[in-house]
Amino acid sequence: MSAFSDLFQALDATTKTSAKLAALGQYFQTATPEDRLWCIAVLSGRRPKRVLSSTLLRRWAAEAAGIPEWLFEECYANVGDLAETIALLLPPAAQTRPLYLAPTIADLRAMAQLDDAARKAHVLAQWAQLDTTGRLVFNKLLTGGFRMGVSQKLMTRALAQATGQPQPDLAHRLMGNWHPDTSDWHSLIMAQNPTADSSRPYPFCLAHGLDSPPQDLGDAHDWRAEWKWDGIRAQLLLRDGQVFLWSRGEELITDRFPEFAGLSIAGGNTVLDGELVVWGSDGLPQPFQALQKRIGRKTVPKALLASAPARLLAYDCLEFGGQDLRALPLAQRRQHLQTALDQLPNPGPVLPPPAVAGAHTWENWASTRQTARAHRAEGLMLKRLSAPYHAGRIRGDWWKWKLDPLSIDAVMIYAQAGHGRRATLYTDFTFAVWDGPTLVPFAKAYSGLTDAEFRQITAWVRKNTQQRFGPVRQVVPELVFEIAFEGIQPSPRHKSGVALRFPRMARWRQDKTAAQADTLAHLNALLAQYG
Amino acid sequence: MTGRGVLTFTDRGIYCPAGDFYIDPWRPVPRALITHAHSDHARWGHGRYLATPRSLAVMRHRLGDITAQIAEYGQVLRIGDADVSFHPAGHVPGSAQIRVCVAGQVWVASGDYKTENDGLSEPFAPLPCHSFITESTFGLPVFRWQPQPRITEQILRWWQGNRAAGKTSVLGAYALGKAQRLLHMLADGPGPILCHAAVENTNASLRAAGVALPQSDVLTPECSAKTHPGALIIAPPGAIEASWTRRFAPTEVALASGWMGLRGIRRRRAMATGFVISDHADWPGLLQATKETGAENIYVTHGYTDIFTRYLNESGHSAQVVPTEFGTDDDDSAGPA
Repeated sequence: MSAFSDLFQALDATTKTSAKLAALGQYFQTATPEDRLWCIAVLSGRRPKRVLSSTLLRRWAAEAAGIPEWLFEECYANVGDLAETIALLLPPAAQTRPLYLAPTIADLRAMAQLDDAARKAHVLAQWAQLDTTGRLVFNKLLTGGFRMGVSQKLMTRALAQATGQPQPDLAHRLMGNWHPDTSDWHSLIMAQNPTADSSRPYPFCLAHGLDSPPQDLGDAHDWRAEWKWDGIRAQLLLRDGQVFLWSRGEELITDRFPEFAGLSIAGGNTVLDGELVVWGSDGLPQPFQALQKRIGRKTVPKALLASAPARLLAYDCLEFGGQDLRALPLAQRRQHLQTALDQLPNPGPVLPPPAVAGAHTWENWASTRQTARAHRAEGLMLKRLSAPYHAGRIRGDWWKWKLDPLSIDAVMIYAQAGHGRRATLYTDFTFAVWDGPTLVPFAKAYSGLTDAEFRQITAWVRKNTQQRFGPVRQVVPELVFEIAFEGIQPSPRHKSGVALRFPRMARWRQDKTAAQADTLAHLNALLAQYG
Repeated sequence: MTGRGVLTFTDRGIYCPAGDFYIDPWRPVPRALITHAHSDHARWGHGRYLATPRSLAVMRHRLGDITAQIAEYGQVLRIGDADVSFHPAGHVPGSAQIRVCVAGQVWVASGDYKTENDGLSEPFAPLPCHSFITESTFGLPVFRWQPQPRITEQILRWWQGNRAAGKTSVLGAYALGKAQRLLHMLADGPGPILCHAAVENTNASLRAAGVALPQSDVLTPECSAKTHPGALIIAPPGAIEASWTRRFAPTEVALASGWMGLRGIRRRRAMATGFVISDHADWPGLLQATKETGAENIYVTHGYTDIFTRYLNESGHSAQVVPTEFGTDDDDSAGPA
């Protein structure tokens, strides 16, 4: 199996991890090195840049299918996937060929140089040679939205099986800045000593949510409690006189945060793990909303830099003096962290996080956790002092112990169909609370219910639609849901005057009528208390 | 003459004033003409029923003791001032379009239909009429079925592959129509076919009514992977994950439904394999059927009604949506949710 379309087909035709591993393994052994490398790139989010606007693509597809554009849009709304919609609508091809990855990508990139007429001719010619699966894959590469039910972790596992290289080592090799243009299969995957790349971060160690009483974790003295901050998880690399700041999503964000420019440590190459936050004049991290103003900006105006200064709350040290410390226990890594922090400017952009006070007892931590909101934290992190720094999300040594969410009972007023496996199901809802006799929208949510509940609500939405605005249906204000959320902030951009953090449906309140839902006054009271 | 009034749309169902009867009514009425035996069309509680012999065989099994009269295909019955005849709809064995003629005006209520000849159901033929009542279950151009022999090949290859891997194949299909069609398609397959009791009961009713179905064994508590190695089991979609499947472990499970044409829906049902096969017309089938009737007026009853109606109107037909309570029964008409 060396064609990428065959790999896609094989992955799509199974729900079993073992079968996916086998398909990937086979591909990694039979595809050309260039194809393999691009497959890894695509499956780890290094997609080729989108070369076409989806508007153009839709127009060409509708034309090729011989249907009006409104009908194309209806199809898209029902299929829930643009690439698939096009693949299904095009007239069947007379003769088809499989799709190979590297040549297709080379082809797509060449298209960037062409004018629209030439691009169109090119796309139509490709469609005419591919079967439905081939078209689906081609369209997904074209639109840049490539997900194929394979996590980076699963891909790394398959790669480990196919090459005999250890999985954590591969996970590290695949981090950071590499690109198929500037790398090759041998140097990236197989070489004994991969060329040192000073911009390459380590795989992040991730935590699971605590799902049983903390006492089950054993003696509290074996653990360290930290505040769980609501910022961006980030790794700061100070290597060879250079600075690299990586987000957890493996995005290089150095340029967006000039605060860190020019930092270095006398003790040698250093990598710190922590939380990126906006620091307030009150000596506390600011709500996530403040950070949002910074995230989207590639260049930062001076005023914003002054009003929303970014800081890294550094809580772990992964490399010091050029040595990889990840195998050391947390207790020892923290000693290195202290040494590193001592060599950084004070005050400066890297800070030790405000500590969790009091004794190492579950009782103390349980009561401390309740005060998290006053510390601008989401709860506590529990980390085992003897644990190494794992690659990825491994159960047992790191736990998130978050506060119970806030909640409010709200009325559903709009519904929209979802995408992907939620296509044709109404899953995306807008919620409102009462302001006198009117309903004021304040949040959108699309998670928290079971498939069975979504099916039931979908049938209800179809029967209770009052008005349609494109894909959005205004429904009879009748269903009540408990909306849970992590935080609440004032927001002039929202009609209700508030913005919620992580709203989701905690449950469907079938016991309540719309009249019994909460009010805007109630929402404002929560804002006054927790905002 | 607009033809309005030969059939009208009421809160009980499609009504013919001239003949004082209903077609596929959803509330109890004195006289009901039934297009086919799926339970959203053939409901319980009517005074008298009129249907084809094969529909009646299944309805008697499902509804018990009903007062019914037989309508053979093509036979013209005078009911009040209406001339009524039943014609094949190709949906399932015994399914019919009902043609009603009053004072020269012809209306056709097609119930559910499929334009491809499946080799088992009496094949669909378009009926010239003034007004045509159509479904639109798959009334979106993304639905375009492959010819039946291609699907047969795909299922046989899957079954063969499962056998080679020492696995039992479990195929989810609606008990009336789809199940028998699969039985017919797969009769020359590589191993024994077992039918879940709900399927086999329908098989028995249809065989008794003269449908030439291939031989099948009923799934009993004694059957297992040992007694039927490499078997293919046809079961209703609701039963394919029940505890009996453990006796056949390891199994591979697949669904046979028109909805399997959409990846999102297949993945939501956690199906690795879905065979895209439906007892309803696909988009080209719906267009062809409506065109060939030559009807001046088209009434769209269930499915993607708004979209199909708008498309028909833009293509020069005169179409409108009619709300009904159809489209709640078989696995295809049950909709994507």
